[in-house]
Amino acid sequence: MRKTYINGVGCISAQKTFDTIFLEEAIINETANVLPLEIPVYKDFISPTAIRRMAKGVKNGIVASALAMKEANTETFDAIITGTGMGCIDDSDKFLRALIDNNEEFLTPTSFIQSTHNTVGSQIALGLQCKAYNFTYVNGSVSFESALLDAKLQFDENEASSILIGGIDEMNDYTASLFKLAGFIKQDNESPYKVLNSTTKGVVYSEGATFFVLEDKKQDHSYAEVLDIEIINKLQVNEVEAKIIDFLKSNSLQISDIDAVILGFNGDVETDVFYRKIAENCFKNTQQVYYKHLSGEYNTASAFGLWVGAKIIKTQQIPEILKVNSVEKPDYKTILLYNQYKGIDHSFTLISKC
Amino acid sequence: MKGVAITGMGIISAIGNSVEENYASLLNNKTAITTIENISTVHSDLRKVGEIKKTNQELADELQLSADNNFSRTAMIGAIAAKQAVQDAGITSINEYKTGLISATSVGGMDMTERYYYDYFEKPETIKYISCHDGGDVAQKIADELGLKGMVTTISTACSSAANAIMLGARLIKSGKLDRVIVGGTDALAKFTINGFKTLMILSDGYNMPFDNDRKGLNLGEAAAFLVLESDEMVAKENKKVLARVSGYGNANDAFHQTASSENGDGAFLAMEKAFQVSGLKPEEIDYINVHGTATPNNDLSEGRAIVRVFGEKNIPDFSSTKPFTGHTLAAAAAIEAVYSVLAIQNNVVFPNMNFKTPMEEFNMIPQTTLKQKNIEHVLSNSFGFGGNCSTVIFSKSE
Repeated sequence: MRKTYINGVGCISAQKTFDTIFLEEAIINETANVLPLEIPVYKDFISPTAIRRMAKGVKNGIVASALAMKEANTETFDAIITGTGMGCIDDSDKFLRALIDNNEEFLTPTSFIQSTHNTVGSQIALGLQCKAYNFTYVNGSVSFESALLDAKLQFDENEASSILIGGIDEMNDYTASLFKLAGFIKQDNESPYKVLNSTTKGVVYSEGATFFVLEDKKQDHSYAEVLDIEIINKLQVNEVEAKIIDFLKSNSLQISDIDAVILGFNGDVETDVFYRKIAENCFKNTQQVYYKHLSGEYNTASAFGLWVGAKIIKTQQIPEILKVNSVEKPDYKTILLYNQYKGIDHSFTLISKC
Repeated sequence: MKGVAITGMGIISAIGNSVEENYASLLNNKTAITTIENISTVHSDLRKVGEIKKTNQELADELQLSADNNFSRTAMIGAIAAKQAVQDAGITSINEYKTGLISATSVGGMDMTERYYYDYFEKPETIKYISCHDGGDVAQKIADELGLKGMVTTISTACSSAANAIMLGARLIKSGKLDRVIVGGTDALAKFTINGFKTLMILSDGYNMPFDNDRKGLNLGEAAAFLVLESDEMVAKENKKVLARVSGYGNANDAFHQTASSENGDGAFLAMEKAFQVSGLKPEEIDYINVHGTATPNNDLSEGRAIVRVFGEKNIPDFSSTKPFTGHTLAAAAAIEAVYSVLAIQNNVVFPNMNFKTPMEEFNMIPQTTLKQKNIEHVLSNSFGFGGNCSTVIFSKSE
């Protein structure tokens, strides 16, 4: 059974998560209900013709993966595995709109071709000429965790020594308008949008791309080891604690071994109770961390959460901006991440110092 | 190598609403490529499809959904097939053991999105469909219909998706992560895909003719199929009947082009090679290949060359594409063909490759064009998708 080390990370998000160390330039934006992306200089990574052709999500995926590969100093993989909740919505939207507006005539294939959910994973493979295993998961808020679980399974079974994984999601104006209409995004007149102690329904949305190079060998530049990951479709609020205790036990750990817990608080008054309940009970003496006030919510925002966890372990510090409570720990050895969205698709991820 | 046990199957496709109906159609050359009825499209006269001849209302009634449900057609046919599979496997208490669901879809709830795209802002009663657009919603609805609470995820790698769902399911069983898992795929017809494939100029204006020199493209289809995989411990404990086994699988990327396959079928070759490695089988042990065989000029040439590379031109086993029966059902295709592969093993029969007349000039590959009875121990099934995604699954008779 091989181990799983995070040896490189790359993140494009609503914050400056490239060209920085660890959120030292982070800004809390409580006035927007869709957080704009901090856009990297694409031309440093992608040719000008490709920049024009590619949708935002594809570009962000390519840049984030390039950053992760650069850190890990490798471009050779036994698998490329991505997760995306909504897929390439910008291209599917473009094609669909043209189809409806022109009554199914005069269509060109470009946006249809790029609308496929596995576009990012396959474009990365194409760029690297990587003929290895290539999977894409599309399952709401466990899209990224499914990719992580798949990768971990390959290390566990000695089938791989180097895997690139990532979570990518796009947002565009039309989808944002639909999500506001359906109440998934907080209403326009409800700002300031606070994530902790929110009293309103829905979330502040955003988008992003976060990639990780996972390898079976520990390096000097390693961030953390991924110990375990579990996905569960349905849990009741009062079942979460027992589930966590169970999950930790199967890794020979208990609550007191957790140095920090990273929670997916997103400001939805109806479902943040999943986090609040454990924060007030089993984790009340544990340092608690949140991040969606910085990243916004999107189906693969939990990949940003793992990026936060990896950074905490590597830098051995937690920026003030991420802290939920005032419990302090002298060092950060073992971190648990818990995420869900709308009360379904729960995930538990355990990482440790290596 | 023994492989992972298949203990149940369910399917709904253009050629039947159950495993038995599908098998009867395959035996009796009953293809179902017809004019589309359930979707209004300007291309209905020129582009025939493999359509399930049930309206959304009929499907909803079958599932006994309430009037305020927000099921996409993809979710409805998926739920129907998954329920059949669970019933076939004799599972009554679904959360009793570690049970998962790995679904696959490419269009998800696009059929509703394209129907209500502009209506959402005008008609409040349509807003409920906004949340059914994404692929995960389909798996969620199927899980809810099954009452399943455990691991649920969805794979979307275009037309190889369901093969990858079977592959992941088999790996989860082998590793002990799950005791049993429901794997498969579902995709309903949508204007989105009809027009998308039309712009790529790979839709036939007649009936698809896999591996024919004069093939002109594919017919789209809609279908859903799911299989139940169980660990050997479960099989022994519950004294389950094993229909067949998943003995090998492999996924590789062609890394050639976003929508076209490479000339020599590198990805397909690698996928088959990996599947042989996992199964421990040799090419000469394969009795039947259910080819991807979409009948596009590009696919059949690329897949054919890869098969020639793996088997040798003189040693290619009986092969056929069943897409002339069902149409190309995209993310569901590999699950549909998994059911057909198991039926081939159970009944010792090779299904015919319909519509074939003229051999391709590039190589000597003649598909099996009539129903053929013979002992079948191992079936190899190929599925390839956009993004260079190539998958192979090998199914074997259980001792």
